[in-house]
Amino acid sequence: MSVGIASVPQIAPGFRLQWEPMQDAHVLLYPEGMVKLNASAGEILKRCDGAANVAAITADIERQFDTTGLGDDVLAFLDIATRQGWVQIA
Amino acid sequence: MNAVQKTAPAAAIGSPHWLLCELTYRCPLHCAFCYNPVDFARHEAELSTDDWLRVLREARALGAVQCGFSGGEPLQRKDLETLVAEARALGYYTNLITSGIGLNAERAQRLKQAGLDHVQLSFQDSTREVNDFLSSTRTFDLKREAAALIKANGWPMVMNCVIHRLNIDHIERIIELAIELDAQYLELANVQFYSWAQLNREQLLPTREQLQRAERITRQWRERLGSKMKLIFVVPDYYETRPKKCMNGWGNIFLTIAPDGTALPCHTARMLPGLAFPNVREHGVREIWYESEGFNRYRGTGWMKEPCASCPEKENDYGGCRCQAYMLAQDPAAADPVCDKSPKHAVVAAIVDQAQQQRSIVEAKPLLFRDPKNSKALSGLGTSALP
Ligand code: SF4
Ligand code: SF4
Repeated sequence: MSVGIASVPQIAPGFRLQWEPMQDAHVLLYPEGMVKLNASAGEILKRCDGAANVAAITADIERQFDTTGLGDDVLAFLDIATRQGWVQIA
Repeated sequence: MNAVQKTAPAAAIGSPHWLLCELTYRCPLHCAFCYNPVDFARHEAELSTDDWLRVLREARALGAVQCGFSGGEPLQRKDLETLVAEARALGYYTNLITSGIGLNAERAQRLKQAGLDHVQLSFQDSTREVNDFLSSTRTFDLKREAAALIKANGWPMVMNCVIHRLNIDHIERIIELAIELDAQYLELANVQFYSWAQLNREQLLPTREQLQRAERITRQWRERLGSKMKLIFVVPDYYETRPKKCMNGWGNIFLTIAPDGTALPCHTARMLPGLAFPNVREHGVREIWYESEGFNRYRGTGWMKEPCASCPEKENDYGGCRCQAYMLAQDPAAADPVCDKSPKHAVVAAIVDQAQQQRSIVEAKPLLFRDPKNSKALSGLGTSALP
């Protein structure tokens, strides 16, 4: 199952994304563990709400950061995130 | 704070990430490998609900983000739901580590409403006979019910089975049971030799042959299961030549609070001689974490002796486990004797050798089950038929 621009990702059950001021980062929490996310991973994952597709997520990030051409990066990250089990494709 | 700088020159002290609340030493089971202190009968005065609520708030303010409720059996505390609700509201990821005894539909629902994120269910073995024998009670069916409740409430299903000489040959059956119960993670953790397991070590340490067979079977199942279930196999460190990075470093990530409020860098650290640990009844969590002698003594690498002090690998394992160094080398600041650079490594090698020779050890020596009577005797507080 590979991720495409029409895929609709969402945070997998049992995982929770949260902003941690102490670490100045988004973290992904899961049973007995935690991943500290870098800024772009955090921006992508916080948009994985089970409603927006990858194209919309990419457009939204590009708009917010006033840039273009992020499509491949977003896809590549979501591919890893899916394989890690952090994200599911609805 | 000067002492701190001296003992940990490399880096500033980070914040705790994990708060482990050992709510009680009470437990309806009597596991022969229980990690509670053998003299738990001495430490029965439990913290109040208000004390625990304060600990939760203070540790969260320091940056702790994972919160585990364990014991004993945490379901024995009537205020578990209250504590889970507060922890969840504070932003912790909340983990309940339970034998499942005491979990019924009503309690599961209340815990769900409180916002509990995850339940880790421990099994002693896959068959009723061995499970009941090793935990010295009749509880296997209750555990299956608990597993069903975990599923029904949509919690991630994480199973943990302590592996040792008496059940390691059933490993395939254990994995099949986890599949049957639809577990997402199965942790097959070889018993670590502390507390009750240390007393029962001869009966619990597997042979090399048993271990290799179990690893082979686990590998085969891991390939077959793919991403359906995550299989984690933890080898007994006696069979290694480098020690584990115990607790990920002393006072580095983990903050454990014992039932009586004693704050510990690790749940077995209380056994170490000459080191007093602060109690949350008397001190704030911040002061405990950053300033207490108990947390600073073995932080970082500055306290090390040879061979660790000049070892190029010291950042990998921080010299291993302080309790193991104390138990096997009679010096808490020594290298963990699991390390083959330790001058005391021969002690571990001899234990491992002996394990290959014994055959019917179970018949030869009875297991010492964890129960209040045996604990009182081991604390010098009462009498029992201890061997
Ligand atoms: S190891 Fe067994 S006896 Fe010890 S607390 Fe856990 S379930 Fe209870
Ligand atoms: S000598 Fe000490 S620091 Fe080096 S590997 Fe062994 S235990 Fe670790």
